[in-house]
Amino acid sequence: MIHTIRIGAHVLAQGQFARNLGDGRIEIDTGNRRLAGKPVTQHGLHTAKVSPLLHLLSANHWRSGLLAAVGAMTLAFGPTSAAKAEDTVEILNVSYDPTREFYRQYNALFNEWWESQGHEPVTLRQSHGGSGGQARAVIDGLEATVVTLALSADISAIAERSGKIPADWQLRLPHNSSPYTSTIVFLVRDGNPKGIADWDDLIRDDVQVITPNPKTSGGARWNFMAGWAWALNEYGGNEDQARAYMSDLFKNVPVLDTGARGATNTFTQRGIGDVLLAWENEAFLALAEQGEDAFDIVVPSVSMLAEPPVALVDGNITSQAERAVAEAYLEHLYSPEAQALALRNFYRAWDTSAASDEDIARFPEITRLSIDDFGGWVEVQPVFFGDGGVFDQIYEEQ
Amino acid sequence: MRAGVLRAPSPLPGFGLSFGIMMAVLSVVVLLPIMALLGRGVVIGPAELWEMVGTKRIRAALSLSFRAALIASVFNLVFGLLLAWVLVRYRFWGRRLIDAAIDLPFALPTAVAGIALTALYAPNGAFGALLAPFGIKVAYTQIGIWLALIFIGLPFVVRTVQPVIEELDREVEEASATLGASRAYTLRRVVLPTLTPALLTGFALALARSVGEYGSVIFIAGNLPFQTEIAPLLIVIRLEEYNYDAATAIGLAMLLISFAMLLAINIIQIWSRRRIGDV
Repeated sequence: MIHTIRIGAHVLAQGQFARNLGDGRIEIDTGNRRLAGKPVTQHGLHTAKVSPLLHLLSANHWRSGLLAAVGAMTLAFGPTSAAKAEDTVEILNVSYDPTREFYRQYNALFNEWWESQGHEPVTLRQSHGGSGGQARAVIDGLEATVVTLALSADISAIAERSGKIPADWQLRLPHNSSPYTSTIVFLVRDGNPKGIADWDDLIRDDVQVITPNPKTSGGARWNFMAGWAWALNEYGGNEDQARAYMSDLFKNVPVLDTGARGATNTFTQRGIGDVLLAWENEAFLALAEQGEDAFDIVVPSVSMLAEPPVALVDGNITSQAERAVAEAYLEHLYSPEAQALALRNFYRAWDTSAASDEDIARFPEITRLSIDDFGGWVEVQPVFFGDGGVFDQIYEEQ
Repeated sequence: MRAGVLRAPSPLPGFGLSFGIMMAVLSVVVLLPIMALLGRGVVIGPAELWEMVGTKRIRAALSLSFRAALIASVFNLVFGLLLAWVLVRYRFWGRRLIDAAIDLPFALPTAVAGIALTALYAPNGAFGALLAPFGIKVAYTQIGIWLALIFIGLPFVVRTVQPVIEELDREVEEASATLGASRAYTLRRVVLPTLTPALLTGFALALARSVGEYGSVIFIAGNLPFQTEIAPLLIVIRLEEYNYDAATAIGLAMLLISFAMLLAINIIQIWSRRRIGDV
């Protein structure tokens, strides 16, 4: 069996498998000499993000034709991607925008624990981007082992459109498969110069609001629903008035970034806007990075219980060994150490037993409504964020 | 010409091989994706396509994309010509450095360009802060979109016009002067007509590039529907909604409009060649 190995940062070599060196490296025989290096697996070579046009083209019935053409080219230029490592397991975690820091730390924590259990270390890769875009990449063939996205609607979309995840995925892990939760808060300039206290301040003429585009950002959908929840409550359940409120709110939005991290940068780095609607963890992170005297966090009277869920992508699992690692990877998120890590990264985790008091005390009390109060994402997604939905109508009417 | 022969006979060998490789690469890289787009459009049907493109929001985005690309390309046409002229005709300190810098927009990832321009022109940026007292906003407005498109389109005009200016026979200009023509007259009747085909090519390239530009614009445009939402972003939004058909419709609309514009530019080019002769 031909294997491809990585010798230096950019040097690849190919040859017959000779022996396993045991430290994650293998030795191959290239015909005239033996070389040792880390094996490169197929999706290690192809994790590059595919352009939107290619996504478009790869949609179902075009895919086979394209694959045939690409296959022909590959054959012509040598069987580079034919090699597939069997000996090491590689996990690709496809996640959303603001979890970069958390999963980088969690991957180290997991590997340490995994090795202490007497296993071989595994290669853990992570990919980040807007939650919706990441879901679409997985549907279109990105070989994610696990997905950890911003809302259940995106994972359900993978389940529904690719069949790679069973429909009842959310019941497989505790707490709706959400090892940590968060909420939506306001980040304002230091000292809160505009005196922003609650949702009704956001529609004042002198206030500019920064929030990403709910069409492309999962966090922005939580933002939208949090505002909607407050307005429904405020106007006694009158949907027309709630809609008018959301319309007024979006009149105060000068920039619609495509992702949560982009919106944070617009607010913190570019100095645009008076208030940023943000994930609580993202708001705390901005405080930690920019200094406590740059911004203040304002907790609104009503917000959402944001549950970013995790799931195993069963359809992409190729071996028992890979399944075992992937399941452990997700289950270990619920361990006290991982929960403490989530708390330290400003997520509201469930198990506080291993966390420091400072990390626990940080979170203010807040009324959090569940998305199930609005019928769950299955109902909310098409009505509010589908083509011609409430969000589109707000802009059509302006 | 004999019937059934598709090419003029040539004594040069290797036609079969080079033609085969050319067609294979062209098919996989260029033709196949475009055929896939067209094929999907045929499956959807023209009536549905028309209906999907006809909404106010898509019309606004398409018109913004093409208008901004046109404005930026016209600017690049004038400024690019000036730049190429200065670089070829004058000798000054740092000329080679500037010459090399022209290629930067080719090399720089467009996202980097977008972020850098946004950082400079945001109200708290170096240039944005200077403009803010006059009430001029660049980042997060249509002006910002023009700026990004000018940045990415400029090298196309400069690099197509530059070699033609180098080839210009200065004796022709001298002859024009000895015959009593003023400088402006020489420029208008002798120099510019010779440069027209190259200028048009550069303009067409810059235009085609800026119409589809996504990476840099997305950072500096505010992305507000009906105001600063470009058509490529709308394609991405449709894809996020898993609405591949609507994304195809917008993609096809852009393809057709671009094709019509490039065709028009080519016709003007043929006409100008006929008028002044091939250069």
